[in-house]
Amino acid sequence: MKTFLILGAGTGGTMVANKMAQALDPQEWRILIVDKDENHYYQPGFLFIPFGIYSPSDVVKPKRNFLPPTVDVIFGEIELIEPDKNRVKLNGGRTINYDYLVVATGSHTRPDLLPGLVDGGGWRKNIFDFYTPDGATALGRFLKFWKGGRMVLNVAEMPIKCPVAPLEFLFLADWFFRERGIRDKVEITFATPLPGAFTKPRASAILGNMLAERGIRLETEYAIMEVDNTKQVIRSYDEREIPYDLFVTIPTNMGAEVIGASGMGDELNFVPVNKHTLQSVKWENVWLIGDASNAPASKAGSVAHFMLDVVIENILRHMEGLEPLPKFDGHANCFIESGNEKGVLIDFNYEVEPLPGMFPLPGFGPFSLLKESPANHWGKMMFKWIYWNVLLKGGEMPFESQMSMAGKWK
Amino acid sequence: MTVDLTQISFNEEGFMTDPHQWTKEIAEELAKQEGIETLTADHWKIIDFCRQVGLASGKAPTLRQITTGTGISTKDLFALYPKGPAKKVARIAGLGKPEGCV
Repeated sequence: MKTFLILGAGTGGTMVANKMAQALDPQEWRILIVDKDENHYYQPGFLFIPFGIYSPSDVVKPKRNFLPPTVDVIFGEIELIEPDKNRVKLNGGRTINYDYLVVATGSHTRPDLLPGLVDGGGWRKNIFDFYTPDGATALGRFLKFWKGGRMVLNVAEMPIKCPVAPLEFLFLADWFFRERGIRDKVEITFATPLPGAFTKPRASAILGNMLAERGIRLETEYAIMEVDNTKQVIRSYDEREIPYDLFVTIPTNMGAEVIGASGMGDELNFVPVNKHTLQSVKWENVWLIGDASNAPASKAGSVAHFMLDVVIENILRHMEGLEPLPKFDGHANCFIESGNEKGVLIDFNYEVEPLPGMFPLPGFGPFSLLKESPANHWGKMMFKWIYWNVLLKGGEMPFESQMSMAGKWK
Repeated sequence: MTVDLTQISFNEEGFMTDPHQWTKEIAEELAKQEGIETLTADHWKIIDFCRQVGLASGKAPTLRQITTGTGISTKDLFALYPKGPAKKVARIAGLGKPEGCV
């Protein structure tokens, strides 16, 4: 009996478990998946909790519901991965020897890395994150009764999971304060380490304009050094101070600590990967999906989904002694909520930046690329249902894994 | 000694387009343009590290890669290369502009 081991039962790991349960002969293979948390979170939904659009119960379901009955699920902490010995040690002494390993341990926020963020007295009082269910819920309680003031949103460091989420948060906040009739009492500033609103030039210009139209101030190339809870300012390394009454942080994102402890990661605990085949650059029976790798693609569920078919095909090829195919192109597809029941859609890959056009059908859509539309908002809202009912179980989606230029305008 | 920068190709943002044209003299000249009069041993330690990473990967290293790789703290890095150190060192080291990953 051979062992196919998956570490992490988030979006990527769950999809791989479902696909592999169909592809592998149960007489020959046992499939195991390990995760420390019994809950599966719909992470794109965290964004809506602070504004009362979703409640915490909308974004959580038991992980077991999304895994096939033939897969052995182990809930527990991983102590050490030893890829040179093809084995993984779990807390409590259990050791699993594997033939193939898929690392799907994701990325996580590290608020502890910024001085004054969690240890300065303001944490979860007037300093919040929204990348965790607890943080998003606490921020929701704060915003419900907030009468206004200076709100500052900061991205500590790139890369972050879902790089459009900060912009969505700003658009939704602007809308939320307007609806409550206090927009004139709130000053919104976005302090980002990037030179503009977003990473790619055309999208950055368009999204930057959308911030300006909403009266949101943009502070660029901002490398945050500390949070001064006494003076209520954030301070950058080049000594720019920004005063806040409400500070919302997107802390540094890192891969799982066990990746670092096992000597498998880069300076942020992300695992070096061949960005086209999704095979580890160091161990041929180790494969990557989702945020855990250092592939220079967005860290997002859509990207994990586009990686899925490539990684499965390549693992199956490898089992037959064939070379992996370099088919992953960095494809990402993100709905950006822009408030007022509208949204923007972007579709891009390693080579092609987000461009205007229609998606997925050229000229017809129904979604417009790089442009606000109500259809894009409904696409995003519908996506929660698709995520729970189709995507996690590895079901078919109505578009290809590789990005298409059809419908895009250069 | 002065260097003739007119023989070197730069992009519209002032970054060298061919890292192989780079010399130490060019670095000293570009450093002056960035407001750094003298490159000390600490400056060079960072430049050497960035050259090494940049030539191997084809990309200028990020701030965190520099601090992790050289053991120099972010604060000291900002003291040596005020304002945006990652961008400044990349330019002085003859590499492209560091990209914010998506």
